[in-house]
Amino acid sequence: MLKPERLIVDGKRLDGRKADELRPIKIEADFLKRADGSCYLEMGKNKVVAAVYGPREAHPRHIQDPVKAVIRYRYNMAPFSVEERKRPGPDRRSVEISKVSKEAFEAVIMKELFPRSVIDIFVEVLQADAGSRTACINAASVALVDAGIPMKGILTSVAVAKVEGTLVLDPMKEEDNFGEADMPFAFLIRGGKIESIALLQMDGRMSKEEIKEAIKLAKKGAMEIYKLQREAIMKKFLEEEENE
Amino acid sequence: MRRIVLPGDFLSSNPKVAGYGTYVEGDKVYAKILGLFDETDNSIRVIPLKGKYVPSVGDTIIGIVREVSANGWTLDINSPYQAFLPMLENPETKPGKKINDVLDMGDAVIAKVVNIDPRMRVTVTMKDKTCRAIRFGRIVAINPARVPRVIGKKGSMIKLIKSELDVQIVVGQNGLIWLNGDRKKVSLAEEVIYLIEEEAHTEGLTDRVAEFVRRRKNAQT
Repeated sequence: MLKPERLIVDGKRLDGRKADELRPIKIEADFLKRADGSCYLEMGKNKVVAAVYGPREAHPRHIQDPVKAVIRYRYNMAPFSVEERKRPGPDRRSVEISKVSKEAFEAVIMKELFPRSVIDIFVEVLQADAGSRTACINAASVALVDAGIPMKGILTSVAVAKVEGTLVLDPMKEEDNFGEADMPFAFLIRGGKIESIALLQMDGRMSKEEIKEAIKLAKKGAMEIYKLQREAIMKKFLEEEENE
Repeated sequence: MRRIVLPGDFLSSNPKVAGYGTYVEGDKVYAKILGLFDETDNSIRVIPLKGKYVPSVGDTIIGIVREVSANGWTLDINSPYQAFLPMLENPETKPGKKINDVLDMGDAVIAKVVNIDPRMRVTVTMKDKTCRAIRFGRIVAINPARVPRVIGKKGSMIKLIKSELDVQIVVGQNGLIWLNGDRKKVSLAEEVIYLIEEEAHTEGLTDRVAEFVRRRKNAQT
């Protein structure tokens, strides 16, 4: 990919968005028939599918925890999800993303209700733009709700990047590649407001003030995504009613 | 119409009313599962729409024998946990009779949960008048969260199916339902159960089911 000359022109980004605007999002809950809970999500050019299985019996036995459920999270990119074929299978990057996402979900899922069991979360990236981990967390969240798993609230994730000195919400590929910094967040949303931060990573550098500003921006974006996640689940169950 | 709530939705600021499907944190009651919000004068709860069966003591369940050991049977109960039926909890056990002649792999039983330890090891018994081995009939599986609707308020739905169709039914809390009787009637009962499962979260279901059964019975005769 060639570096565009300017990433922000007249306060507008390459795709015409303002600094605090999200990419278009599409969410469909209960996308897969065989999974206990599932979700298909598009966030800009990202396309991801999440499937949740469980709680179910943990195998092999030695991974069982006698007092709480074990959570497995697998983030995986399809070989065709990026321009240059990605070698299939887990690599350093996807193992890391799986780990941090799993830890974010461990803070939300009420694991102690299901001792000795396992909850499997699989997320497959079909097409990647920037911020696929945030898209995956959003999809997994909806899938977990759809599976009827007890949780403290809902996780909503969004990234903020620093591009040519300005903070932008939900960066796309060009901004991620040629920007100065990138900061993905995941928030726990409960009772209609942001309760805590469940995931925070950073790539690049930002000043203290910029981080404060970034959190503000991310919270604003997260609330918008949360509304869409809610709608997607509601829509699924209201539709069922209309089909009588 | 009861509204749908999602995990983390704020429900009440009175922790005393918190019921099933809710949790309390700092004097506030939140929903912990996806479900329908049900509010009465002195309690609030969330009726689940989805989810796995979690055993609780006293439940009548249907299990399928997965393992036979020297002292009992391990049952698959359509849940994250397996159940154990000790040999002495089965009244059919007799001295001199081999254990796999009493119940063998793949056999189905109606049993009752008697004990669950903190590690979720489930023990069941067959020493109850509702319990027995299933040797005939049909078993249908539904989403365990919809079982209360199949039973209906004080058993109204199940009574309706029994009287209208003249079939034997035992509903396991784990989402497995045993049906027995005339083949055509059992098939119709099966359809009715799937209908209830499909539309479990809608109002006035009993009346609609009654109408459905009558319509189908007229079509058959």
